[in-house]
Amino acid sequence: MNPGELALLALVIPAGGAVLVGLLRASPNLREAASLITGGVLLGVVMQIHRAVSAGETPRFVLAEPLPGIPLELVVEPLGMIFALVAGSLWIVTTLYAIGYMRGHHEKNQTRFYIFFALAISCTMGVAFAGNLFTLFIFYEALTLSTFPLVTHAGTDAAKRAGRVYLGILLSTSIGFQLLAIIWTYLLTGTIGFEMGGILEGRAGAGVVAVLLALYVFGIGKAAVMPFHRWLPAAMVAPTPVSALLHAVAVVKAGVFSILKIVIYVFGIDFLTQLGASVWLMWVAAATIILASLVAFRKDNLKARLAYSTISQLSYVVLGAMLANTMGIIGGGMHIVMHAFGKITLFFCAGAVMVAAHKTEISDMKGLGRTMPVTFAAFFVGTLSIIGLPPAGGTWSKWFLGLGALDAGQVGLVAVLMVSSLLSIGYLMIVPVRAFFSPAASNPHGHGHGNGGIHEAPLPSLIAIVITSLCCFALFVYPDPFFRLMSMVAGP
Amino acid sequence: MIAAHLPAIQIVAPLLAAALCVLVPWKRVSWGIAMAGAVTAFAAAVGLLSRVLGGEDIRYALGGWAAPWGIEYRVDAVNGLVLLIVAGIGVVVTLFALTSVEREVDERRIPLFYGAWMLCLCGLLGIAITGDAFNIFVFLEISSLGTYALIAMGSDRRALVSAFRYLIMGSIGASFIVIGIGLLYVETGTLNLADLAERLPALYGERTVLVAFAFLTVGTSLKLALFPLHVWLPDAYAFAPSAVTGLIAATSTKVAVYVLLRFFFTVFGVTYSFDELSLGMWLLPLALVAIFTMSLVAIFQRNIKRMLAYSSVAQIGYIILGISFASVTGLTAATLHLFNHALMKGALFLALGCVMYRVGSVHIDALRGLGRRMPWTMAAFTAGGLSLIGVPLTVGFVSKWYLVLGALEQGMWPVAALVLVTSTLAVVYIWRVVEAVYFGEPSARADSVSEAPLRLLVPTWALIVANLYFGIDASLTTNVAGQAARALLGGAP
Repeated sequence: MNPGELALLALVIPAGGAVLVGLLRASPNLREAASLITGGVLLGVVMQIHRAVSAGETPRFVLAEPLPGIPLELVVEPLGMIFALVAGSLWIVTTLYAIGYMRGHHEKNQTRFYIFFALAISCTMGVAFAGNLFTLFIFYEALTLSTFPLVTHAGTDAAKRAGRVYLGILLSTSIGFQLLAIIWTYLLTGTIGFEMGGILEGRAGAGVVAVLLALYVFGIGKAAVMPFHRWLPAAMVAPTPVSALLHAVAVVKAGVFSILKIVIYVFGIDFLTQLGASVWLMWVAAATIILASLVAFRKDNLKARLAYSTISQLSYVVLGAMLANTMGIIGGGMHIVMHAFGKITLFFCAGAVMVAAHKTEISDMKGLGRTMPVTFAAFFVGTLSIIGLPPAGGTWSKWFLGLGALDAGQVGLVAVLMVSSLLSIGYLMIVPVRAFFSPAASNPHGHGHGNGGIHEAPLPSLIAIVITSLCCFALFVYPDPFFRLMSMVAGP
Repeated sequence: MIAAHLPAIQIVAPLLAAALCVLVPWKRVSWGIAMAGAVTAFAAAVGLLSRVLGGEDIRYALGGWAAPWGIEYRVDAVNGLVLLIVAGIGVVVTLFALTSVEREVDERRIPLFYGAWMLCLCGLLGIAITGDAFNIFVFLEISSLGTYALIAMGSDRRALVSAFRYLIMGSIGASFIVIGIGLLYVETGTLNLADLAERLPALYGERTVLVAFAFLTVGTSLKLALFPLHVWLPDAYAFAPSAVTGLIAATSTKVAVYVLLRFFFTVFGVTYSFDELSLGMWLLPLALVAIFTMSLVAIFQRNIKRMLAYSSVAQIGYIILGISFASVTGLTAATLHLFNHALMKGALFLALGCVMYRVGSVHIDALRGLGRRMPWTMAAFTAGGLSLIGVPLTVGFVSKWYLVLGALEQGMWPVAALVLVTSTLAVVYIWRVVEAVYFGEPSARADSVSEAPLRLLVPTWALIVANLYFGIDASLTTNVAGQAARALLGGAP
C-alpha cells in the first residue's frame, strides 16, 4: 500500500470504527474494545505515514473532482503530519479515559457518543491531510457538524442553547468569511492548491492581501480569535472527554492549524512579511491572549476556566503564524503539540474530579489533593506545560515564539508572552496548590466527614491521565521529531 | 424514426395521458397512465438533452408546418436542461403521488387529479420546448389551469382561497405576457422567437418594443414570484396537497425563470436588456431584498411548508441575482441553481409529504420528536436542509460557489459577502426544524406514528441521493449550465 492510500486509510479507519461501534451496541465491552482497537490501528497507520513523510515523500490521493479543476484531494505535508500525529496518538488515550468517565458518570446514549467521536476523528484526519483549500473547508465543516451531537449530548435546554451558539458561530464565520476568502483566492490565482512559498505572490496587491488574511483569520472560527470565541466556552457542556480531545485538541487545533497552513502555503511567509499585512492581526492575537487570561481568572467553574485558557493559548499559535518568520512558524507549530498534551491532561483531571468527587467549581476543590493525589499531581504537570516552565514541553514553543517576536522586531509582543505566562500561573497553578495545601472545606451536603468516601477516578481514566502527563515531560526531553517536521515547513 | 419525433413525443405523451386519466374510473389505473406519460416524457427529455450535448441544436416543425407559419420546437442546452428538470421531477413526484394523494385527496376526484396533474406537466414541458412566443402563452395557460385545479384539491379549506388568489395573480401575469407578445407581433409581424431575435435589433429605439419588454418582464416576474410579486406563492404552496407542492415548487417557477431568460437574452438580446436598459441595476437590488427579507420571514414561520415556500422566494432571488450579472459565470450559476434548487426543494417538500402522510400536519409542533419515530424521513429532511444551506458536497454548495465567483468577477464583493451571510439565515430556519425534530418531546399524536411507507421514502431518497451525487460530481451539471450560459449570451438558439 503506497503512502497516498495510507492517508486515505487514516480517514477510513475511524469511520469504519464508527460503524463497528454501531454494530456492537448491544455489548458495551466489545464496543469499547472496538473503539480501542480502531484507535490503535489508526495510530499505527499514522506512524507509517510519518515514516514516509520524514523520508521526504509527499503522499497524495485524489478522492473526487466535484467541480472542474477543484479536486477533493489528500496531500500529506509535514505540518499536517504533526497535527495527525497529535490527534492520532491522543485519540486512543482519550478513548481509554472515556471508558472510565462515561461509565463512572452513567452517561446515556454512549453508543451514539462513541460513533460521533470516531466520525469527528475521521474529519480531523481529513483536515490534517487536506490537499487544497476546498478539501480543507469541507472537512472543517464536517468536523463542526460531527461534533454538534457531542456538544448537545446531554439533550438539556442548556445543551441545546450551547449547541446553537456553537453551530451559529462556527458555521456563520466559515461560510461568511472563510468561503468568501477561498473563492476570492481562486478568482485571483486560478488555483486553490497549497504550494510552498504561497500562491498569492504577484497576483494580489497589499490591500487585497490584508483583507483576505483577515477573512481567513476570523473566518476560521475554530481558532477562537476574539471576538469569535464564544462558541468554545459554550461547548463545555459536552461530556469531559469531548472537551478534552475535541475542544482542547482536535477541533480548536484544526482551527489554528488551518491558519498556519494558509499563512505558509497560500500567502507565503516571505510575501506576508514583505507586505506587513499581518502586523495588526498580531496585536489582535496578543489582545486575545491577555483578555482571555483575564476572563479565565474570573471563572470559578474549572472547565470554563480551562476553556478561556485554551482561547488564550490558541492565539499563541495564531500569533506565531502572524509573525510570519521561521521562528514564529516553528513556535506556532510546536505549540499545537505542546498545548495539546498539556491541556488534555488538565481536562482529564477536571473530568476525574467531576466523576470521583462530583465537584465542578474550583472553590470546592480545597483539600481534594490529599484524596486524589495522582489527579492533582497530573494537573500540576499540565499546568507547568501550559505556563511554559521546564521540565515540561511547553517551554520549547514559548521559547521559539519569543525568538520569532524578537526577529520580527516586536519587543512588545515578547512582553505580552511574559505577562500571559504570569497570568496563567495565577489562574491555573492556584488549583493544585489549593487542592494540596488548603484545608478541606466543611461538606455543605451534610455527609459530615470532610472528603471521606471520595476516591481516585476510575482506573482507565487514571491510566490515561498518567500517560498524558508523562508525555508532557517526554516532550521537554525529546521534542526533536516535531521540531524536525516544523523545520521542513519553515525552512532552516 | 422515433428519435426524429422526440420533441413532439415530449408534449404529446403527457397530453394524451391527461385525457386518458380522466376517462378511466379506477384511481390506480389512472395513476398508472400518468406514470407512463411521465416516464415517456422523461425518456424524451433525456434523449433530447443528450443530442443537444452532442453539439446539435434541434429544430422541429410541429405537424410538418414550417416556421414562421407553423409552430417550431427548438431545443438547445438551456431548455434541454429545463426539460430534463421538469420531466425528471415529474417522474419522481408522480411515483410519490400514488400513496400520498390517496391520503390527501377525495377518492372520487383522483382520476381528475391525475388529469390536471398531467396537464400541468404537459404545459410546463411545452413552455420549455416551444420556439414560438404565442405558443409559450398557450402552454402557460394550460399549466396554470392545471395548477389551480391541483391546489384547490388540497384537504385544507383554505386551499380554495389560495388557489383563487393564485388564479387572479396568475391571470394578471398571463395577460401581461400576452399583451407583451401582441405588441411584439404588431412591431415585427412574427411570433417565432428566432425570427423575433433577428428583427428586433432594427427596432431597438421603438417605444412599442420597450413597452412590450416591460409587459413581458412584469408578467413573467409574477409567474416566477420575483419579490415583490410573490404574494400568491406562500399560501399556494402551503395548502396544496403535498405531492402538488413538490411538483410546482420544483418546476413551475423554474420554467418561468426560463421564459425570462429566453426573452432577456435570446429574443431581446443581452445588449438591449442589459446595456441599453441596464436591467442588471433593477434586478440586483430586487434579488438582494428577496434573498434577505424572505429568508428572514421564513425564520418566523411555524407551518414548515410555508417556511419552505418563503425560502423558495429567497432562492429565486439567488437565481435572479445570477442573471443580473449577465456574465457567463453569473448565468452558469443561475442555470445551475435552477437545477439544484429543483432537487433540494423537491426533496424537502417530499419529506414533508411523508410527515403529512403519517402525522397529518406539518406545523413545527407536530414535528417535535419525530427524529426517533421517522428516522429516514427526518434524515432526508436534514440532508435536504443541508443542501439548501449550501454545505459542501451537496448541490447547494455548487450553486453558491458559482454565484459568489460571479459576484467577485464583477468586483461586487459586498454582494458576494451578502450571499454567503444570507446562507446562514438558511442555517437558522433549517436548524429550528432539526432541533425540534431531534430534541423536542414528541406530542401525543407524533409519539404513536411509525416510519413512512417505502413507496414514499424511495422517491424522497432518490432526490436526496441526486442532491449528494450532483454535489460530489458536478461535472455534468456545470458542463450543461456552462453551455447554456454561453448559448444565452451568444444570441439566437
